[in-house]
Amino acid sequence: MFGIGLLKGLLTTLKNLLGPVFTVQYPNKKVGLIGALKFHKKTPFEFLKTQPSEFIKSLAGLHEVPEYPSQATRFRGQDFNWFEDRCTGCASCAKYCPLGIIKIETSPSSRDQKEGSSYDIDVFDIDIGRCMFCGLCVEACPFDALHMGSGFERAHEKRKGLVIPVDELRTAIKTPSTWFRPQMENKSYKPREKESEIKDSNDIGRHEQPSDEELTERWVNER
Amino acid sequence: MGPIRESFIFEFLYCHLSLEASCSSVRILNVAFIPEDLSWISFILTSFFWIFVFINAALVGVLVLIWGERRLIGKFQARLGPNRWGPLGLFTPVADAIKVMFKEDIEPTLSDKLIYVLAPILMVVPVFMIFPVIPYGAKTFLTNISVGVVFVLAITSINSLSVLMAGWASGNRFAIIGGIRAVAMLLSYEIPMGISAAGVVIVAGSLSLSEVVNNQVIPNAIFQPLGFITFLIASTAELNRSPFDITEAESELVAGYMTDYSSMKFGLFYLGEFMATIASSAIIVTFYFSGWRGPTFIPSEIWFLTKWVGVIAIFIWFRATFPRLRIDQIMSLAWKGLFELSLINLLVLALMIAIWPDPSGMQLLIMTLVNWVVFFLSIYIFGKILSPNLTGNKIKKRSVVYGLD
Repeated sequence: MFGIGLLKGLLTTLKNLLGPVFTVQYPNKKVGLIGALKFHKKTPFEFLKTQPSEFIKSLAGLHEVPEYPSQATRFRGQDFNWFEDRCTGCASCAKYCPLGIIKIETSPSSRDQKEGSSYDIDVFDIDIGRCMFCGLCVEACPFDALHMGSGFERAHEKRKGLVIPVDELRTAIKTPSTWFRPQMENKSYKPREKESEIKDSNDIGRHEQPSDEELTERWVNER
Repeated sequence: MGPIRESFIFEFLYCHLSLEASCSSVRILNVAFIPEDLSWISFILTSFFWIFVFINAALVGVLVLIWGERRLIGKFQARLGPNRWGPLGLFTPVADAIKVMFKEDIEPTLSDKLIYVLAPILMVVPVFMIFPVIPYGAKTFLTNISVGVVFVLAITSINSLSVLMAGWASGNRFAIIGGIRAVAMLLSYEIPMGISAAGVVIVAGSLSLSEVVNNQVIPNAIFQPLGFITFLIASTAELNRSPFDITEAESELVAGYMTDYSSMKFGLFYLGEFMATIASSAIIVTFYFSGWRGPTFIPSEIWFLTKWVGVIAIFIWFRATFPRLRIDQIMSLAWKGLFELSLINLLVLALMIAIWPDPSGMQLLIMTLVNWVVFFLSIYIFGKILSPNLTGNKIKKRSVVYGLD
């Protein structure tokens, strides 16, 4: 019958109206009292006592809580995670970088001075402004010290701000992307959540880091 | 002064200003101060007050509608719609209005200046005239003119003149094509709209909008479904709303007759369209949803408001669902479909009213049943006859399979 198609179309949009909303309100979501309590995990009384102004806002549905989109773990973010104790300062990453944006300066290591197997890193600058996120530096690293990050909030007013200095690499929260280390996905690892920060560099990468005895065996006794 | 003085809300205010003898029964507070021989002053004061109230209510209604439409379309498409500025994004239309006011007002060199300025005004002003004649409640109406139905249809059709003026005065090819197309469409859909409204008038036995509501025992949407559907579609077209927004088809005509308009002139077109949506919904509620009538435990104004919002939501639902029709499809739908369907509706109603001029309850039920049978039959038959013509492209079945011959 003529008009059935129109009714079907109306039904489709009606289903959308009654169904869930698709939008993720990154970075902040405005919630009412129930949403605020669910987020802060507080009773209404506690919430009123600790944050009275926010409590009133939440009654009007104006309390803001952070919301992030769910992110694929293999998403290659705009930052790099670097595990210093795995790094030997070999500068493979700098050599493999097709754009030459990684700058490394080293000095003889205080750690393994006798063996001369690794160096202290003085400068490790990655110019994100010219990076194309190919990940060749991560593939090139023989000790799995360098990883793609999973963040995406690196907007800056000046080009200088786009250079990641070594201090930032040292202090940053390390939640690397599993792009080149898919085996990490087995450990229910979620990037962008502070709980899943990787603190022990042994947890990441293909190789166990050799102990001091093994190093002695390999580098001193065998020769 | 006659029809206006019938209105309760007018009389109430008037009697609190004027010392007229006939007013003493209406007066609650004894504050009247204008003597009887100067009653024209109180008449003018009352009129201006209600004009002020109605115009401002319409404007605020437009702001709310813009917000509501964007929110609701968002929900229909499984997204949120505006939600940043104010609670639930309520101030978004205010920000829009401020933005529109501060934009540069451009007048094309080739434009006909006077008509160019007049067109957007002509789009808005007539719509204000619809609001006073609509009965919002059992006692709440401003004026009850005896030819309300004709008045309303006449006023709503002025906007085609405005569209033509805008298209012509812009001195722009896109604008004039858009304007002429729009006028062709608007004039075509006037006809099924008017004939459907005639069905309402036949059932009510009066042209007055109050009588139309008073005589609707069964809401006309149920009583004469064919008339309701044709009127709904025709008024969607009259409002230039999707799926009939051929006047401003962006993909074909830039923005149709509005191409050269900017700043507040564009804002006026926008305002006029949204206000016409509100007014048209009120008309549909009055014609087909038995206006303010409803169970008496809720005030009649609330009933009217609920139905009003519901009809506006139907328009928004249409807009969220249907894609735009081509101009030839639109014209063939008007002349080959709706025109005949509304005529059938009028004929059937007229025959039945001729048999039972004053139908009782049982007879009304039988008439409703007949109307529904006619509705399904005629839609089925017209669908069979017209659907290949309406879609406009007959697909020939090919017996030849390419690549094998």
